[in-house]
Amino acid sequence: MILSVQHVVKTYGTYRAVDDVSLEVPKGTVFGMLGPNGAGKTSLIRMITTITAPDEGKIYLDGELLNSRSPEKIGYMPEERGLYKKMKVGEQLLYLAQLKGLTEKQAKDAIDYWLNRFEITDWWEKKVEDLSKGMQQKIQFIATILHRPRLLILDEPFTGLDPINTNLIKDEIRLLNESGISIIFSTHRMEQVEEMCNHIVLINKGKNVLYGDVQTIKKQYKKNLYEVETDGVLPDGAQVPFPVVKHEKNTYTFQLDREETSSDLLRFFLQQPARVVRFQEILPSFNEIFIQRVAETETTA
Amino acid sequence: MSKLSLIIKREYLTRVRKKSFIIGTLLAPVGLLVYMLVIVGLSAYQGGDEVRVAILDEAGMINQIPDERGVRFIPAANKNLDQLKQEVMERKIDGVLRVPPLANFKQTDHTVYYYSEDKLAPEKSELIERRLATKIRDFKMDSLRLDVEQLKLLDSEVSIDPESLTGEDKDDQSKYTVGVGLAIGGIMTFLLFFMVLMYGQMVMRSVMEEKTNRIVEVIMSSVRPFDLMMGKIVGAGLVGLTQVVAWVVLSGAVSFLVPMIFGLDSPPPGAMESAGQADPEMVQDMITRIMSELSKQNWLLITTSFIIFFLGGYFIYASMFAAVGSAMGDDSGEGQALTLPATLPLILAFYIVSMAGWRNPDSGLMVFASIFPLFSPIAMPFRMAFNPPWYEVALSIVLVLATAVLFVWLAGRIYRVGILMYGKKVTFREIGKWLFYKG
Repeated sequence: MILSVQHVVKTYGTYRAVDDVSLEVPKGTVFGMLGPNGAGKTSLIRMITTITAPDEGKIYLDGELLNSRSPEKIGYMPEERGLYKKMKVGEQLLYLAQLKGLTEKQAKDAIDYWLNRFEITDWWEKKVEDLSKGMQQKIQFIATILHRPRLLILDEPFTGLDPINTNLIKDEIRLLNESGISIIFSTHRMEQVEEMCNHIVLINKGKNVLYGDVQTIKKQYKKNLYEVETDGVLPDGAQVPFPVVKHEKNTYTFQLDREETSSDLLRFFLQQPARVVRFQEILPSFNEIFIQRVAETETTA
Repeated sequence: MSKLSLIIKREYLTRVRKKSFIIGTLLAPVGLLVYMLVIVGLSAYQGGDEVRVAILDEAGMINQIPDERGVRFIPAANKNLDQLKQEVMERKIDGVLRVPPLANFKQTDHTVYYYSEDKLAPEKSELIERRLATKIRDFKMDSLRLDVEQLKLLDSEVSIDPESLTGEDKDDQSKYTVGVGLAIGGIMTFLLFFMVLMYGQMVMRSVMEEKTNRIVEVIMSSVRPFDLMMGKIVGAGLVGLTQVVAWVVLSGAVSFLVPMIFGLDSPPPGAMESAGQADPEMVQDMITRIMSELSKQNWLLITTSFIIFFLGGYFIYASMFAAVGSAMGDDSGEGQALTLPATLPLILAFYIVSMAGWRNPDSGLMVFASIFPLFSPIAMPFRMAFNPPWYEVALSIVLVLATAVLFVWLAGRIYRVGILMYGKKVTFREIGKWLFYKG
């Protein structure tokens, strides 16, 4: 486990921003942290990044209780992010990298490597305020990973990025992940979660309401819906042993019972004159799971 | 390099390399020089064209008055008022001064009449009045047959010389002691007030800038909030010290170089006499005595106390400004009221010193102000040139340093919460709550 959060509580005055949250991030995963605005994601991340300390509970990074050396192993790109506008790109990166514990020499080498990689070596002397928003985001990203963190925490990393830069950063995140860096990815954009994450946690009202690996959760939340497309319409009088929830032209959506399997459905179709063109289980999107789970916790609360 | 020193280095270098800092540091002594030249120029200014004034002395009290500072006195014997008025109209002279006779010797106020098409400038009118008064006085003395030498003996100059009760006379005081003390105290007070206010506000702006830039959360994931705040306070404080040192060196260089460049090693001989009534010997004497007073001061003590009180005062106020800056953030307009607790005591202290301090540096109010830690950084250095009791100084130093530590700690607690608080209007009540947040 790269990160282990155990029964963490954080209160501000009388407000419980994080309420007994536990979770574990396996090494080498892309871990999605989801939740509506104000759910306590940022409060939790701030504790992981040692910006604040938990009132109760413990957080372990790579097996060690969080300590003053921990920030050097973490790269954090907050949602509220920015750079010193009047500072030159090179100086700024040098400063931020040194604050993360690199020596001047190490920092310079790392900056050279990344500026080369993004083909922006001529930016060293440029002031940040002279760069476009997208360019600034690139610098911000470089600043976050210069010190080769073990754990990278990205809070809404793609807001304000155009599609080209989004893809560029996505590719870099994938490469970093392949090179062994674990990533926590906080967002409310569900399609990004499905695209990038292996594990997720869903936080609502300061509590961990859903947690696990993506495939397991999807299975857990599936409703046994199957979509079948045929090359002809089923005869009007056909005895369909399964309820049809949706029918459009040649495409049928069936609701199966818990005991029934996809094989039972296929077996039925084998006896029909119309041939099966497409057969697919409908898994819930994370958006649906998200809304369902939030609604559930709201009513139980 | 430790993270704190990295922060201090950045804060210091970005400020010192700014054009505004370099220009301000270089231009201030030049500005001072220009200011001094303007003052000298203004005082030497004669007040317009020469005025030719004919004196119609009806009682024969006034003989010749020498021409002076743009006024030419023309005796008008054998002419009557009408003839003289004619001359004014023909522009041969500018005005006629008619001096009527005195009713008797007991008359102490006397009106003279001036006929002219132009108004007399106040400065010239005053000069004429003074010269006529002297002439009338001479006339009275002459008429009453008074001995001028004996009259001079009537005037005595009295000065109080403070003596110590123990009889130790190591620092013999004179009226110059007080004057020099006030000057030293005044300069220190002004410098401290100015520096604490200016650099304290610099810390505030810098904190707000990081908050509005949104870089602060990035930095906070690398360093502790307290280190970031301290780095800012120390960095800006060092910029302030750099500026003062630069000013001292530059002012020294300017005051040394300028006379060499313009070749004025001393004021021209005539200037001194016409500028005032003082004769050169007295001026020389005054300068030597001021110099001796200056050399008698305990400079080591004054400089040390200046540094101690600067550090104490700067840390107290800069930490307040840092806390306020962290709470204000995005909109500087709405949060203006939050700066009051930081600026008000500072201004009040300066006000107390400039009102009460000048009159009596050892008054009860000043003693209080020089011990109360929010005022003492401004008030105590003012008293240092007047040998305040050592226990008051010691108490004041202990209090100011303890308060500085306390305020830095309190500010740290406010700062760590405020700096991460976005888009929320903050009240004093709320800030009070932050003090008790854990972690």
